Amino acid sequence: MTLLYTEVEEELRAAVRALLADKCSPSALLDRASRTTESDTPYDAELWKALARDIGVAGLLIPEELGGTASREGGASAREAAVVLEELGRAVAPVPYLSSAVLATQALLTAAGQNARGDVAVELLGRLAAGEATAALAVSFAASPYAPPAPWHRDGAVLGGDGTVTGTVTGVIGAEAADVLLVPVRLAQSEKQGTGLCAVEASPAAGEAVRVTPVTSLDLTRPVATVSFDSAAARVVATTDGMEAPWVGEALARGAGLLASEQLGVAEWCLTTTVAYVKERRQFARPVGSFQAVKHRLADLWLEVVGARAAARNAAARLAEAPAAGPLGDDAAVAVAVAQAHCGAVAVHAAEECVQLHGGIGMTWEHPAHLYLKRAKADQIALGTPGDHREALAGPADLPAPA
Amino acid sequence: MLVTWDEASVAERARAFLAEHDPAAMDRLEFLRARFDAGLAWVHFPEGLGGLGAPRGLQAVADRELKGTPDNQPGRIGIGLGMAAPTILAFGTEEQKKRFLRPLWTGEEVWCQLFSEPGAGSDLATLATRAVREGDEWVVDGQKVWTSSAHTARWAILVARTDPDVPKHRGLTYFVCDMHAPGVEVRPLRQITGEAEFNEVFLTGVRLPDPLRLGEVGDGWRVAQTTLMNERVAIGGTPSRRTMMGVVAETWRSRPELRTHDLHQRLLKLWVDSEVMRLTAVRLREQLAAGHPGPEGSGMKLAFARLHQELSGLEVELLREDGLAYDDWTFRRPDTVDFIGREAGYRYLRAKGNSIEGGTSEILRNIIAERVLGLPAEPRADKDVAWKDLPR
Repeated sequence: MTLLYTEVEEELRAAVRALLADKCSPSALLDRASRTTESDTPYDAELWKALARDIGVAGLLIPEELGGTASREGGASAREAAVVLEELGRAVAPVPYLSSAVLATQALLTAAGQNARGDVAVELLGRLAAGEATAALAVSFAASPYAPPAPWHRDGAVLGGDGTVTGTVTGVIGAEAADVLLVPVRLAQSEKQGTGLCAVEASPAAGEAVRVTPVTSLDLTRPVATVSFDSAAARVVATTDGMEAPWVGEALARGAGLLASEQLGVAEWCLTTTVAYVKERRQFARPVGSFQAVKHRLADLWLEVVGARAAARNAAARLAEAPAAGPLGDDAAVAVAVAQAHCGAVAVHAAEECVQLHGGIGMTWEHPAHLYLKRAKADQIALGTPGDHREALAGPADLPAPA
Repeated sequence: MLVTWDEASVAERARAFLAEHDPAAMDRLEFLRARFDAGLAWVHFPEGLGGLGAPRGLQAVADRELKGTPDNQPGRIGIGLGMAAPTILAFGTEEQKKRFLRPLWTGEEVWCQLFSEPGAGSDLATLATRAVREGDEWVVDGQKVWTSSAHTARWAILVARTDPDVPKHRGLTYFVCDMHAPGVEVRPLRQITGEAEFNEVFLTGVRLPDPLRLGEVGDGWRVAQTTLMNERVAIGGTPSRRTMMGVVAETWRSRPELRTHDLHQRLLKLWVDSEVMRLTAVRLREQLAAGHPGPEGSGMKLAFARLHQELSGLEVELLREDGLAYDDWTFRRPDTVDFIGREAGYRYLRAKGNSIEGGTSEILRNIIAERVLGLPAEPRADKDVAWKDLPR
């Protein structure tokens, strides 16, 4: 296991970065954020197509035998997905990578490994890997992997006896860009308290049965939506007799580990951009970056980012070593929690320093700093707060809470 | 003959040495001298000077093979090993290397460092200790401070001002100072922990023969940089099995009645910080091993100081009434220092030095900002002014 980047990872990074430099400039992002209305998707479909199909990032977590590029022998893994997320974070790219290629993909991988009805999961994974379809996991982005939303909650979605899904889920990312919505459900027909995962096609033909209502969101480049199902036609991906919904918990846990790399990318852009700015910006007849008050803040931030890189790489490497599905072992679970506890806060701190050290221009709509602040703050809440992840470490660290 | 050393050949040489030198049948010092002469002291040093001209990483192989044999008590001679030796190797004459390195390594001669002064801490280059040439000798007058091991040292590395008429960095010269020479007076410097790890050294008319000069006259700043770089490696880079986090965690586990929710949250945050620092160090070592040393090293001492201070402060608070007690204020002179030894109160007070010694955290932040991030230096009033004309 290494915490460094391999040559293959650096090549993938270069390809993604070149595409984003071309198609996802800060000014293009600002244009998109300024004109987005309810009828206009905030996600960049063209950019996503180029990433998913041309570079092939959608299948990095999907095993080769299911149509992706992941394999134990020299193929892709969570390490490569993490590098993609670093670059997407650095560009705050409005693409449904995390929602489709990480969260929805992991839910399907878990379902495929879990269940005899794996054929639906396998078919969907093939379409996702090829970039032919985009999916979203209908779970709140604010859900914590340590307390995943219970599908048997009375407000949750239900799979009825007629095979349709009814219910409402809030706080969902990537739903506007999804062709397929993966909905954790409780089973109305079950004698016991069974739960399941259903696939609902979100085509215009679904009409009123599936409604995706964008929420005016803090994060302009990855807004959330409310997703409602009203007797929507559904295919069952997996079911379980128990109360557990492993496809949700595993997707949230692994997604949290990889989100750390996106946060690293956000923090890096903020640090690099701020350092460049304070070298140029002059007040009192000297660059503001020559004042110790400014230099020391940036030196501290640099140190935080150095730590974030080590923690995010460690999480990616541990996830890469874990089987494609199943509960994480202790080492991987600790690596994920440490990475989230640290990187979530570092990204926010970096974005806040970016705004502050840019002074007035950092407070304007025309400068992209706010896009990073909004992403960083939303990411801090996403998939467990830093506090949730710290509390989860009390057990593994053997630091028990007060009685 | 050019030999390319590898793990097998170094191990072979160490075993051959042991076959001829039975430590049980030899005087301790004789054994250490023989080990030095066999090139197994520091294998990356040149042949004839205690080494084999081998890669530094192979020292671990020699140490492993010679495990259990008498060692040179590195804790007692850290200044010599970590700072004086690399500087003598880089700038010493052949005679100086031959004279000093062997007894330095065996521990027969302890070294100390005469750098800091009451008026020259972070701004070391402004130091005022004067060395005036008289024939073949230099006459040294001044006061040095924060000198560990001065009371046991045979020799010191010394930076003194030889030309006050040029800007401060250019008028310095580097010497080896004879700590037994007349005019050298060592007084213990009691610190906030109660004990005296360090000394003040008063130099009054101390006469040093010119062959004790290290490097050219006026080149002392450049020579000192070599020493200081090695100092930060020594302070920030030593991995130890016992950590401050481990010590505080033991207290937490053994005293459940002291736990509060507030402390629990803060402790978990520091546990994460410790883990992130550990991972950063792991990544740094990987970069070094791959031949790409990263700038991350400059941040390690900064992170280490902050973590030690926060953890040790939390532990005293956690202890409540026990935190009101202190183990021992006796004015002692310890031979070695253990940041995480003794009781919580000592650890808290000693950790305060971690952000001051070996480059303050403020200076380290400047170094990161200027050398890693490329931010401009502050305008300076002292660059092109003769040292004697600087405002005081």
